[in-house]
Amino acid sequence: MSERGLDVRLKQAAPIPLDAELACAPGEMLALVGPSGSGKSTILRAIAGLLRARDGYIACNGATWFDTTSRIALSPQRRRIGYVFQHYALFPHLSALANVMEALIELPRPERVRRAQDLLARVHLAGLERRLPAELSGGQQQRVAVARALAREPNVLLLDEPFSAVDRSTRERLYRELAALRRELAMPVILVTHDLDEALMLADRMCVLYQGKTLQAGPPFEVMTRPNSVQTAQLVGLKNVFRAGIIEQVPERGVTVIEWRGHRLEARLQPSFPPGSQVAWVIPQGHLVLHRRDRPSRGERENPVSGVVAEFVRLGENAAVSIHVGGPDRPPLFMSMPLHVAGRNGIALGVNVTVSLLSDGIHLMPPDDSRIPARREGRRTQPGSGLLDG
Amino acid sequence: MDWPALKLSLNLAAWTLLILLPVGIWLGRLLAWRRFRGKALTEALLALPLVLPPTVLGYYLLVALGGASPLGQLYQRVAGHQLVFSFEGLLLASVLFNLPFAIQPMQRGFEAIPPEVRDAAACCGLSRWRTLWRIELPLAWPGILSALVLTFAHTLGEFGVVLMVGGSIPGETKTIAISIYDRVQAFDTPAAGVMSATLLLISLLAISSTYIATSRLRPPHRE
Repeated sequence: MSERGLDVRLKQAAPIPLDAELACAPGEMLALVGPSGSGKSTILRAIAGLLRARDGYIACNGATWFDTTSRIALSPQRRRIGYVFQHYALFPHLSALANVMEALIELPRPERVRRAQDLLARVHLAGLERRLPAELSGGQQQRVAVARALAREPNVLLLDEPFSAVDRSTRERLYRELAALRRELAMPVILVTHDLDEALMLADRMCVLYQGKTLQAGPPFEVMTRPNSVQTAQLVGLKNVFRAGIIEQVPERGVTVIEWRGHRLEARLQPSFPPGSQVAWVIPQGHLVLHRRDRPSRGERENPVSGVVAEFVRLGENAAVSIHVGGPDRPPLFMSMPLHVAGRNGIALGVNVTVSLLSDGIHLMPPDDSRIPARREGRRTQPGSGLLDG
Repeated sequence: MDWPALKLSLNLAAWTLLILLPVGIWLGRLLAWRRFRGKALTEALLALPLVLPPTVLGYYLLVALGGASPLGQLYQRVAGHQLVFSFEGLLLASVLFNLPFAIQPMQRGFEAIPPEVRDAAACCGLSRWRTLWRIELPLAWPGILSALVLTFAHTLGEFGVVLMVGGSIPGETKTIAISIYDRVQAFDTPAAGVMSATLLLISLLAISSTYIATSRLRPPHRE
C-alpha cells in the first residue's frame, strides 16, 4: 500500500458483484476498461463515496476514506474528489461560470469569481462564462464539467466515459486537450472507458475489468499484447487465441518452442511453462506478416504458416482477412492489412497464403476454460471474439 | 359580497399553503428518490382524496376529529374548544384533502432532476442544505409552483369537506364557496354571481400565473 496516491479494494456479491483491487499513483492516469456492465462506473462511484460497497477499503494520500472493518465511510463532500460524469451533469439552471463557482463554495465570493474565470479560461472557454449549459455544444459542456471537477483542487480526478457523448472530431480535439491538461495535474486520475484506443492513447496504466473483477493491470500496450489470461485476451479484443503444447524451452536461444496444428512455432522465451504442458497462446494482429508471392519478405523464415483465405471483408481502407490453417473446421487466424497490400498480393477468397507469426508476438498463457460468452458489440472491449481450439 | 367569507377563504388557503409547502417538499423528495417498504401504499393513501367523494372524506374527518373521538377529546382538553366546527379543524381538513394536489406536482418536479446532477452537487462539496437551496428547489420549482397554485385554488373552491367538518359558522368556518351556495338558496342570485365571478377571476389569475412563471422559469431543455 502506498502512502501517496489512491488505493482501492472492493468486494461484494450483490447488488452488483465486485472483486476489485486497484492503485493509482499521483499524476498517473489509470484507465478502467471492460464491457458495459463490468462494474467500471460502480467502482468510480464507490471511490467518490456515492455508493458504499459491502466490503472494502479506500485510501487516498494516507487518509482512509472508506473501511468496512473500522466502519469509516467519508461523505463525497469530505473526500474532495473531482468527478466528470458521463453526461457531465452540469447544473442546467446555472451559467458555466456559476457551475464552476458552486464547486468553489469554500472561497470568499470575489475570489470565487476570479478562480472560476481562470479555470474556464484554462479549458478554452473564456467568453462563454454567461452561457447556460444548454447553450453550449457537447464539447464545451464537457470542458465546463472538467473545469468544475478541477475547481476544488481534488485529491483524485474521476472521469466517467467523458468522451462518449461527443462526436468524433470533437473527441479527438478533447483527447489532445486532456493529454495537455494532464501534464499539469498532480493527482491520481481514473478514466473509465470501454474504448481500448482511448486507454491506449491517454492512460499510463490500464486495468481490465470483467463482471466487477479486476483481471489485469499494467501499461496499456503490455496488457493489450501480453494478457495474463484468455479472458483478458478476449476483453482487449485479441482475436488470435489458440491452444498449443510446449515442446521445449531453449533459454540459450531465448525461445520457447510450441506445437500448434502440426507446426513447430518458436515463441519468445517464457520459461514458466514446462515442456509437455498445454498452454493458450495469443498473437496480436500486428505480429502477423504476410509473405509476398513474387519475392521473399521480411521475417519469412520466422514461423511460416500456410492456409486458405476463408473470409475477406473490406473495412474502409483495410481488409479483414481470416485464414484457415489446418482445415476449415478449426478457428481461423485473423489478420488485417491495407487494401493495396491485399490487392498486390492477390488476396481473395480460397487463395493459398503464407504468413509468418513473429516469435516476439507469440504470448503464452495458462490454458483457461472460463471463456466469456459471446456478445455482439462494436469495436470495444469484446468478450467472445477469441476462439480457442487445439 | 360576503367579505368575511372571502377573507376566511383566503386565510384558510394561505395557512394551508404555509403548512403544505414544507410538508410537500419533504414528502415529494422522499417519494421521488427513496425506495422504501410500503411506498406504493403511502402514495395510494396520499392520492386517496383525489378519488374519494368530498362528503365521504368529510364524514370520516368528522368522526375522527369529533368530540367523541380520542383526538377530538385531546384537542378539547388542550385548546378549550372542540376541533370540528372551528377554523383549526377546517385547516386540518383542508391540509388533508389538499395532500395530493400539493405532493404530486412537487414529486414530479423532484423526479425530473437527474440523479447525476444531485451526485455532482455532492462531489462539488455542496452541503445537503445548499444542494436543496441552490440545485433542487430551483430545478423542481415549476412543480412546486403548480402545487402551490393547485392547492390555493382547490382550497378556495372546496365545498363538501368544508361543510361537513366546519359547518357554516359565519366568520369562523363559512367559506366563500359555502356563502355562494347560501346566497343561491336564498334566491340572492346577484350576490352569488358577484362572488362566483370573484372566485373565477382569482382562479384564472392563479392558474395563468403558473403557466407564465413555469414557461419563463423552466430550466432549458437538456439533451
